[in-house]
Amino acid sequence: MLGTGIIQGLATTAKNFAGSFRDPRRFVTVQYPEEKAPVTENYRNFPFLVSDDARDPMGTLRCVACRICEKECPPQCIYIVPDVDERGKPRKHPRVFDLDISVCMSCQICVEVCPFDAIKMDQDFELAATDRFRGLLLDKHQLAKSNDYYRQIHPAEAAEVDARLAAEKRQAEEKARAAAAAKAAPPPPTA
Amino acid sequence: MTPALPAESWLERVPLTVRDLVTGLFPAPWRWLAGSVLAILAVVLGFGLLFTLLTLVERKALGRMQNRPGPNRTGPFGLLQPIADGIKLLVKEDIVPFAADRPLHFLAPVVLVAFTLLTFAVIPYGRHLLPVDLDAAVLFFFAAGAATELAVFMAGWSSHNKYSLLAAMRALAQLISYELPLLLAVVPEVMRAGSLSTAAIVAAQGRWTLGILPHWSVATPGGAAAFLIFMTAALAESNRSPFDLPEAESELIAGHLTEYSGFKYALFFLAEYLGMTALCAMAVTLFLGGWQAPCVFLQFVPSYVWFFLKLAALLALLIWIRGTLPRLRLDQLMRLSWKFLVPLALINLGTVAFWQLSAGWEPLPARAARWAVALLLVLGPFVALGQRLGAGVGPRRYRYAPA
Repeated sequence: MLGTGIIQGLATTAKNFAGSFRDPRRFVTVQYPEEKAPVTENYRNFPFLVSDDARDPMGTLRCVACRICEKECPPQCIYIVPDVDERGKPRKHPRVFDLDISVCMSCQICVEVCPFDAIKMDQDFELAATDRFRGLLLDKHQLAKSNDYYRQIHPAEAAEVDARLAAEKRQAEEKARAAAAAKAAPPPPTA
Repeated sequence: MTPALPAESWLERVPLTVRDLVTGLFPAPWRWLAGSVLAILAVVLGFGLLFTLLTLVERKALGRMQNRPGPNRTGPFGLLQPIADGIKLLVKEDIVPFAADRPLHFLAPVVLVAFTLLTFAVIPYGRHLLPVDLDAAVLFFFAAGAATELAVFMAGWSSHNKYSLLAAMRALAQLISYELPLLLAVVPEVMRAGSLSTAAIVAAQGRWTLGILPHWSVATPGGAAAFLIFMTAALAESNRSPFDLPEAESELIAGHLTEYSGFKYALFFLAEYLGMTALCAMAVTLFLGGWQAPCVFLQFVPSYVWFFLKLAALLALLIWIRGTLPRLRLDQLMRLSWKFLVPLALINLGTVAFWQLSAGWEPLPARAARWAVALLLVLGPFVALGQRLGAGVGPRRYRYAPA
């Protein structure tokens, strides 16, 4: 009969109305500044620079200022000036590393091209600033975050990177030891 | 007609006492004017306050129906939200389009609010609370209410905007279509009371069977049908969901309100809620016994408390409906009015006529027959017309997609 659907609908909304008083868990709203919805592991927004030691972030930056990311960045939001010593020789460290997050499009290409696993994607989204020029241009001090932080936000990815870096380090050490051994040992007799 | 009234309590007479106190401050020749101004102030302030409260209650209730908390940031439990909204609307820039017809553009909200406020003059809020006792009060109410349609078209025409004009035409079509069932649903009450005066209509409902069953017209088959038709039409008249087509964001932006901002927009908003309140108040007066108490022994509660309780219940019903029903399409809207509500209301006239003519059927079998015939006259057309209305309408079937 006409009207039964309307009554069913009214019953549903009445149930919602009464239920919302009895069971606050029905609310889907997350009261944002006080509570936050959890972000998923694969969420990413802007890059950050990985440092190995949180106590000395500038000294342990993995970045060697090779400028590959700067060249590959599609919107060109990265600006790097390599550090040089007094004789003008590069010191494998960025003197300036600026990243304009108002330009960055979160494509992750910088992360993919970096040979040193020095730049990774962050999950911090509370980046509102009152100055849209200086406030959104992050320098290397703001960008530097520890490897522990990386492990925290992307555990699976960080474990893989850590394993790879450890393997590379072991290989390098073995190679160095082999080279040292080769140097120390007498040259093989030439037949 | 009414059983011996208990001596009126001082609470019941409070409005009269206050009026006499205030008008006593003026010289005798000016007292009638002071009394009128006092009534106007009471209506404007009282219903203005009710409007602000209603917006908040509506948002909170809608939120809970959709499992959201609703506004809860401004003040405790969001209680200051209406004030924040008001301040926001008042300090907004008042933009008038360059091509707009300035006088009309300015007048439209003013006319709308003025006519809406006029309708409050003839509603009996309590035993001693009837601002203007007109002989043709019902006629006056609906005449003033219909004049608001003029303001809607003024707004649409003067904005010089295609959306505004199209929406105003659509709104006008809707309002005029639903004016018919609205008025036809009122006629039974006039027949029953034999008067167009709202005071007489309320007085005619002031009887009880056994002291607990009120003789409100909604308690009769014809009256219940008229009440449902009236409320459906009232929803459409006040542009409420599910008939809120004049403001269809996806099609017409904000309809005739597109070119209004700031205070003028606030006036439209106010008029919409006041119109809804006025129609609900009229429904209470016509069908729910006005200020009459539901039982004899509950008459110690002042009459105006009963009136506002019933009014609040009807307003809550409208909010509930808004939280439940999706919007109709324009053709469905028209079909509902012309093919369903108007025929039902016309048949209902006959039902009520029968009910009135058979009022003298005293013996029990005769009375049972009276109820049976009246119920049949109400339910039969409802089911038959309802089947025709829904014929050919069902879940959509796709030809190529798998079922």
